[in-house]
Amino acid sequence: MNVVVCVKQIPDPVAPGALDPGTNTLNRSGKLIMDDSDNYGVEMALQLAGGEGDEVTLVSMAPGGETSGLRTGLAMGAAKAILISDEALAGSDALGTAKVLAAAIARANPDLIVMATESTDGYTGTLPVQVAELMGLPSVTFAKAISIEGSTIKVERQTEAGFDEVVCPMPAVVTVTAGVVEPRYPSFKGIMAAKSKPVENLTVADLGLDASQVGSAGSGQEITDVSESEARGSGEIVVDEGDGAQRVVAFLEQLKVI
Amino acid sequence: MDFSLNESEHELVALCRDFAQKEIAPRAPLAWEEARCPTDLLREMGELGLLGMLIPEEWGGIGMSTIGFVAAMEQIGLADQSVAAAWQAHSTIGSLPLYLFGNDVQRERWLRPLAEGSVLGAFGLTEPDAGSDARGIRTRAASRDGGWLINGRKTFISNAGTDMSFGVTLLARIETAEGETPKFATLVVEKDTPGFTVGPKMLGIGWRGLDTRDLYLDDVWVPDDHLVGDPNLGLTQFLRTLEVGRISIAALSLSLTQAVLDMATAYALQRVQFGQPISKFQAVQFKLADIATELEAARWLTYRAAYLRDTGQPFHKEAAMAKLKASRVATWAASEAVQIHGGVGYMLETPVARFYCDSKVLEIGEGTNEIQHLVIARALGC
Repeated sequence: MNVVVCVKQIPDPVAPGALDPGTNTLNRSGKLIMDDSDNYGVEMALQLAGGEGDEVTLVSMAPGGETSGLRTGLAMGAAKAILISDEALAGSDALGTAKVLAAAIARANPDLIVMATESTDGYTGTLPVQVAELMGLPSVTFAKAISIEGSTIKVERQTEAGFDEVVCPMPAVVTVTAGVVEPRYPSFKGIMAAKSKPVENLTVADLGLDASQVGSAGSGQEITDVSESEARGSGEIVVDEGDGAQRVVAFLEQLKVI
Repeated sequence: MDFSLNESEHELVALCRDFAQKEIAPRAPLAWEEARCPTDLLREMGELGLLGMLIPEEWGGIGMSTIGFVAAMEQIGLADQSVAAAWQAHSTIGSLPLYLFGNDVQRERWLRPLAEGSVLGAFGLTEPDAGSDARGIRTRAASRDGGWLINGRKTFISNAGTDMSFGVTLLARIETAEGETPKFATLVVEKDTPGFTVGPKMLGIGWRGLDTRDLYLDDVWVPDDHLVGDPNLGLTQFLRTLEVGRISIAALSLSLTQAVLDMATAYALQRVQFGQPISKFQAVQFKLADIATELEAARWLTYRAAYLRDTGQPFHKEAAMAKLKASRVATWAASEAVQIHGGVGYMLETPVARFYCDSKVLEIGEGTNEIQHLVIARALGC
């Protein structure tokens, strides 16, 4: 079984982020790392594709030929990666990115495509279903458990009330929620082996796409302004004058939590 | 001299930092509190390839340089000294004798599982009546029925009594005729061997998460194939192969000093007295500056000793110097760091207190500092 995992390489959240003042988009010129939310997708894929002949391929779109985030996924155990890096991709919106990823994923001819529910830098959460639509595949979102049964997958789909059991034919796009599995740490040997695992570098032209369909040229959206969110006001301060406990109880009763 | 790390050493350090901060730092203090060896963490380190540090890949290890090992230790020890102590004992004295003196059959049987991290290694040298005077060990091995009959007692043995321990590699005196040069046999005793008993876990001032026990050997018989190396090699030559253990304790000392420096600095920056953070007072600043300077001096001694080993040069004296200096710095720095914390630092729920407790043993283990003095003095020709 071939499983593709889409991996986003994002600016390290530990480092202070910055916006490009011209485009109001995130500055991605520094070192990029694998989005933490993709750890779960890679781990899930490795567990599903653990049999002989099974293979996990990573697909990523990133500027500047960046592979450091991909190497993390390769160190965890993925066999190879496809990286699409092209100056024409700068300023891509979610749909433009989906077009690129869909074309790259198709080259790997997967039985299953696993993605995070949403990235931790952009948070649009729209990309997985766009990829599925562009590829003409079914999509199942918010998976908390996945099992393979012949040529179909059975997914426990997280809902507010519990979970739905969904069965759908493969290939399919499945998004996994954080915490769905415990991601492994890459071993030292895995880290060293990842350095020589194959990464196929592709451009927009290699995918048969026109530069006008992607990047800022193909983007249907423009970020016109970014403003700071309103700071949360301080809560009500109660000075304990002997009745502190009762006032806390009264407050909690008002919220109907007790 | 270039002590900068190469690519694989950098990767190892990054891996150890990540694992130490995310897994060891939050989980190990409870094990210390409960005086329990956290073998769950050691097993996970084994899965990452970290239990085969100095063993070549051919035997299941990762064939890391000594410098890489020291740099990795700085990360592991920063999070917890007991885990780092168990790890270093396993990586050096627990594994190296089998690699250096074992034949291929023995390496396959005992070294590979150690290096791959499925079991924990221990070495038994110290006895109630023989610590610094290693030549005075009383545990005896007699040649009997195609094997060796062992009788004696070992003490302060790390890693031999956990649920991950395979047994122990120990040193015993061979029965010889009067006047004959004493010979010492290195023998593997697996944990279920009849007559081999491990005592209860001992409780020290620090290293409470490290499994340390007495070992009792009452008519323990092991076949000839459990004899590791040539007893005619002599004790001195054998012990010299374990000198990397001194570099290892020096590295452990560096990590402790860095940990207490970090804690004391952070505390001094936020603790306000007399209307300002205590970091603004010269009395505190000078303590911190001294710790940072002494740490850097000890660090260079330690990395130089590691460099000498990696480049095949003699490092006997330098390893002793590194261990002597780094452990002294660690115990002194831990005391000063507690002083900067004041009453809070004296309380065991404060991390700096745990590191303070862990510091004293660094001047005792892997050859007391008095023995390090002797080694250095002899190298000077005394």
